[in-house]
Amino acid sequence: MQQIFNFIFRNSTRLLFLLLLFISLFLTIQSHSYHKSRVISSANFLTGNVYEQVNSVSEYFQLRDENDILAAENARLKELLFNAKDTSAKIPNDSIRGVNKNQIIVSKVINNSYNAYENYLTINSGAAQGVRPDMGVVNSSGLVGIVDKVSKNYATVISILNIKSQINAKIKKSNHFGSLVWNGKNTGFVQLIDVPRLAAVRRGDTIVTGGQSVIFPPDIAIGTIDKIYTDNITNYYTINVKLFNDMTSLGHVYVIRNKDREEIINLEKATKGE
Amino acid sequence: MSSTLIINILRFILLLMAQVVLFNNMALFGFITPYPYLLFILLYPVDGNKLGLIASAFLLGIILDMFGNSGGVHAASCLVLAYFRPAIFKFSFGLSYEYQTIRINDVLTPERFSFILIAVVMHHLTLFVLEVFRLSSLWDILLRTVFSTVFTIVVSIILIYLFKPARR
Repeated sequence: MQQIFNFIFRNSTRLLFLLLLFISLFLTIQSHSYHKSRVISSANFLTGNVYEQVNSVSEYFQLRDENDILAAENARLKELLFNAKDTSAKIPNDSIRGVNKNQIIVSKVINNSYNAYENYLTINSGAAQGVRPDMGVVNSSGLVGIVDKVSKNYATVISILNIKSQINAKIKKSNHFGSLVWNGKNTGFVQLIDVPRLAAVRRGDTIVTGGQSVIFPPDIAIGTIDKIYTDNITNYYTINVKLFNDMTSLGHVYVIRNKDREEIINLEKATKGE
Repeated sequence: MSSTLIINILRFILLLMAQVVLFNNMALFGFITPYPYLLFILLYPVDGNKLGLIASAFLLGIILDMFGNSGGVHAASCLVLAYFRPAIFKFSFGLSYEYQTIRINDVLTPERFSFILIAVVMHHLTLFVLEVFRLSSLWDILLRTVFSTVFTIVVSIILIYLFKPARR
């Protein structure tokens, strides 16, 4: 017993180092794995508050741009409205299930990272505002990411600039599906992989979300085709997509809440389980 | 003793805040970020409590990981730096380390520069290996390490000169 205590006292520095190193390596490996969520995230009271304070100062520098973006979006929505068949009659609410199933929660990016391989955003709405994990996040120019962790008033979002992110997307013109991933190189471009060779693709074609998941509704803008490669092994196309969004400067975002999501997921789970 | 403790606590908080608010938002050419927060570990008293250094380095790293959503990469690299700090001291300063007469927080000499250089390279290499976490991107790891090391060292030396204690 005496010897054990002596050993611990003599090597206390090394033992503490090894213990803490083990903990931090465990956290690191867990954060890199696809299926397990991170233990420590910036969706909490402390970091959320700090980022909100910092953001309350820095948002003044972007007010002009934010205003321009909002005005442009308003103009586009007005255009849709004025070109509708009848502008005076309000469209009656459809009572059929599956219609009007998407609810929008407005939120603001208070921390944005884009210089690592695994990038996350922090937004200032959380469980209290109705945000749940795995909800889609978009802004006026297109796709932003998917909600990862949620605390009471904050949430973290897996940016599309994260090598772990994989989102169903399609070519708008030909309806061919692929997976949207990021190769970690350029913040202005993402890659659409696994597009079948028989798809007619041309430079400049628009890429939109596919709508095969419950996370995003179909036809949300992502970007345009920049370059087309053929994968030698799988014989699929890999397409370089130029993003509409400037991911390095994000302001207000919209969290999409699909009301039927729980039901669809439960149904699919039950189908697979049986 | 207590004044050293207070100075270290203040340094911990200030460097942490500066890193989160200011330096994390710097991205030169899109990917080069300086990490001058590791000055806390470098400037920790040479004769200070070793357990205290390891524990506070871990705390510093884990808080940064929380802010950066990066798992435990900062914690791990801070721990590595804190643990091997005495070895770097011995390598850079040689004999004067034995007499515990080193001051990092002073005019830049070749010994001090080599100490800072080795420490920053060690920290950044661990950091980027863990952050990127794939051997296929070895070239990218090295590139990020080299550029960020230069940036961190420049910022750190500027900070040391700014806050150098006045000579009596």
